[in-house]
This record gives sequence, C-alpha cells and structure tokens, in this order.
Amino acid sequence: MLEKLSGRVFLFCALLSVISLLLIVGFVFYKGSHPFVAEGYSFLDFIFGMDWVPSEDKFGIFPMIVASLFATMGALILGVPVGLFTAIFLAEIAPKRVAKIISPAVQLLAGIPSVLYGVFGLAIIVPFLQNNLGLVKGQSLLAVILVLAIMMLPTIVTVAETAIRAVPKMYREGSLALGASPIGTIFKVVVPAAKSGIMAAIVLGLGRAIGETMAVILVAGNSLILPTSLTDSVRPLTTNIALEMGYAFGTHQEMLFATGIVLFSFILLLNFVLAKIGSKGGK
Amino acid sequence: MGTTVIERKDGVRKSQMKQQSGGTKINVKDLDLFYGDKQALYKVALDIHEKEVTALIGPSGCGKSTFLRSLNRMNDLIDGVKITGDIMIDNENIYETNDVIKLRTKVGMVFQKPNLFPMSIYDNVAYGPRMQGIKSKKELNEIVEESLRGAAIWDEVKDRLKTSALGLSGGQQQRVCIARAIAMKPEIILMDEPTSALDPISTLKVEELIANMKKDYTIVIVTHNMQQAARVSDKTAFFLNGEIIEYDETNNIFSMPKDQRTEDYVTGRFG
Repeated sequence: MLEKLSGRVFLFCALLSVISLLLIVGFVFYKGSHPFVAEGYSFLDFIFGMDWVPSEDKFGIFPMIVASLFATMGALILGVPVGLFTAIFLAEIAPKRVAKIISPAVQLLAGIPSVLYGVFGLAIIVPFLQNNLGLVKGQSLLAVILVLAIMMLPTIVTVAETAIRAVPKMYREGSLALGASPIGTIFKVVVPAAKSGIMAAIVLGLGRAIGETMAVILVAGNSLILPTSLTDSVRPLTTNIALEMGYAFGTHQEMLFATGIVLFSFILLLNFVLAKIGSKGGK
Repeated sequence: MGTTVIERKDGVRKSQMKQQSGGTKINVKDLDLFYGDKQALYKVALDIHEKEVTALIGPSGCGKSTFLRSLNRMNDLIDGVKITGDIMIDNENIYETNDVIKLRTKVGMVFQKPNLFPMSIYDNVAYGPRMQGIKSKKELNEIVEESLRGAAIWDEVKDRLKTSALGLSGGQQQRVCIARAIAMKPEIILMDEPTSALDPISTLKVEELIANMKKDYTIVIVTHNMQQAARVSDKTAFFLNGEIIEYDETNNIFSMPKDQRTEDYVTGRFG
C-alpha cells in the first residue's frame, strides 16, 4: 500500500514539469494566437511590421526580431571564441593549480543573478561606451552584446570543457607520439573529437543569450527602431514583453503573448538543433 | 611514387652501413625513473640493436611499459615524473635535446589499444606527415599508400580510404596504427602490447608484420605474451620490479635462462 502510494507521489512529481510545460505553452499559444485567429490581424504584418504603437493599434515586431538576432549573434561572435579558448585552456593547458582557481570562478559567474549583470552593464559598460565612443546614450546594441557575451561564457566554458575532457587520452597520446606539437594536437585531434559537445555548448549559450531579459532591459535602451548600427538603442523580443506586460490589456496584451510565441519558436528551433547534434554525438 | 621509394632505399642502405660499423641503436645507462616519490625503474641499462626486434617481458607493473615510454619521452606527459641517467639514440642523449617533436618523428609508437583518430583512414595515415608540413596531395597520396602497404593493410582498405577509420575491425585498426607510425618514416618503432586487445588471427597478422618490418626498422615491443616474445623477437629483456633481471638472445632467455627468477617467469611459475 505504502509502496503504491509512494510510487504515485514520484509519478505525480515527474508529471508536474510536463504539465507545467503544456500549460505554459498552451496558455501562451492560446492568448498569442487570438488576435490572428479571432480578431483579423495579419500574422505577416505582425512579423514584418516596422511599427509598434499599441495606442494606434500598430503591432509590428520586425525591429525587435532583428534586435534579438543581432544581439545574439554578436554575443556569439565574442563569447564563443573566448569561451572555447577558456575551455581548452582549462582542460588541456592550465596547470592543475591554475585550473582549480579559474574553474570555480567561471561556475560562480553562472550563479550571478541576471539583474546584477544588468546593473554591472549599466554602471560600467554603458558609461564606458558613452565616453569612449562619444555616444549620446551608451545603452545600445553593443552594450547588449557585451553583457550577453559575458553571460553566456559560463555555459559555453563548462559544457565545452566537459566535452574536451571526455576525449580519450589515447587520442592525445597517439597524436603526440606522431610528433605533433601539443597545440597542434589540441586543434587537429582533441577539438574535432569533442566537436559535438562543443556545438552543444554553443547552442546552449545561444539559448541563454536569446532568452535573457532582465540584464538586457537595463542596457538595451529599448528604442523601437530597426537597428542599423552597433550603437543604436534597441529593444529585443524579451524586453518588449517584460516592459509592457505590466500595464497591457486586450489586444495589446495578446500581442505580447504573440511576441512570446516568436521567442518560443526560436528556442524550440535551438533545442531541435541541439537534439540533432546530441544524437550525432552519440554514434 | 618513384622518388620516395628511391629515397627510402637510399636511407636503408645508409643505415645498413651504420649497422656494420656499430649496431647499437639505443643505449641506455643508469636509468632511474620516479613517479613522484615512487621509484619505478632502478638503474636500467640496455643496448638495443639496430634492425632487430627487442622484446620486453615481465609481470604487470614491472616497469617495462614505463621504460618503453621513456624512449620517446611519452612519460613527459605525466606530472611529477623524474628521470636520471642516459638514453642515447644514435649517440645523442634524448633528454638533453629540447626537440621532442623531432625525437618522436624518429621514434614512432604503437599503443596497446588501437587509437586511430575519429577521422578517415586516409586522414589518419596522413596526419603525421601533414603535421610535418607536407601539403602536396600527390606526395601525401604516395606516403599513405606506401605506409598502408608497409603495414600489409593496403589491399583491405584501398577502396575505403575516405571512410571512418573507426569502422575497421580491431586488428585492421591496429595495422592502420602501424601504418600511421610508418608514415613518419621513423627509424625506431615502439610497440606497447600491440596485440593484447586483438583476437588470435589478427595477432598472427600483426606478428607477421613485425617480422617483415624488422628489415627496415628497429623494433622494441612490450608483451605479456611469452610465446609472442619467443616468436617475434631477437633479443629479450626480462623486467622485474623496475629492474632488468636478464637480457639476452631470445633463444637463451627461453631455453637456458641464467637467473632463477627469469626461469620461474618464462616457465609460468609466476606472473
């Protein structure tokens, strides 16, 4: 009897997360699709519309999609090489003592609440950009990219380091015994052998960047324009939802949910890519 | 194809002349090796002759693999290893030079488990030469074919050079490993229990290969299998607890060992 009951408890707990997922997705999709299904708004106008003026019934999120994509890609361009080199350094090159200091530091970085990244960005990066690039306002795409790049580092470093450490020692020995240099061995044998894990690290970092909200709000500037340069003030998808959800109602609110659908689709796509990579790595 | 072969033949002839004048390829004196505080080798002294197969036998943990790995400085990779004494290869102290890379191109190695890289057969064999800076496709093709022929595996893999090397059987992989070592045109090849992970037929093929390779290379092989040592080697060194107990012609070691401990080991009384 007790056996049966405790089994049920475990099952219930396990189902809770699945139920939560279904509820959230269902709710967001129900609310978000309402304007297009029932109120006659065009989904294409929503995606490709340039203007977001809820008071005038204009709901176009194209500038935000572009801002999200640019911010994420920029963060990748900066964060991936730095993260990857850090991972290689920790796993392959650093003496144990040094790795013992850097590794926990990187992991702590992952534990910092995102709002603090935002505060750091606002207090340090934004004024720095403002002064050195001569901007009217330091809150910009570039500031977002810098903050996101730092935020994705722990994810990339930790996952990539694990992948690199998992490469069998015999590959390294084989390469070194063939007269390859240690650095040559890392780039020609170890990194290619850890490729799928490294790709997973990048995709996970990407997921972190595209979904980040709090830190971005503080440094993005949140202007509703299509970004044309790194110094433009931008409003990515996530911040749009966070900024306006508090006071929105009716169609406006539903359009914010629709923004959430777009964001969610990006994340789903990433997870799909991740699963693909994962299954390839398993072979 | 032509030029490479001529070079190779030329190299062989030169080293044969060297053999007449000396014959000792590797000369080890007073070798002590420590892992941290633990001593693994005690005053090891050994002359390894050119174009012969020298077998290192002994029970597990006796230091034979450690000794083998000190010949191409693979022990350098382990933290806390300290080595004293001399290892001379062609009268050059290999621990006095800083050019480990050059040493390892001259002294190739085949490991216990086949350790082909997760790439194509071709790329595996071409790996070493590419690292040496050889880029010419034609030259690489020649080296790959020649090396695979040298390891008696060409006919089995020539139609699938571009497929993953990890799809081969264990025995085939080990012979490709040997081809990969040959591709560096080494003078010495170290083998660390190369057949311990293989089935009997693959083992036989590798042993035949070793017998054939003897004419071109100096081979040092660690083996647990005493029949193997008896079959393939010219000289045998018996290691026990980090010391060489006896080193002699293989025939003598197996038929009339001088030391009681050697006799106990080769007759299977311990180990």
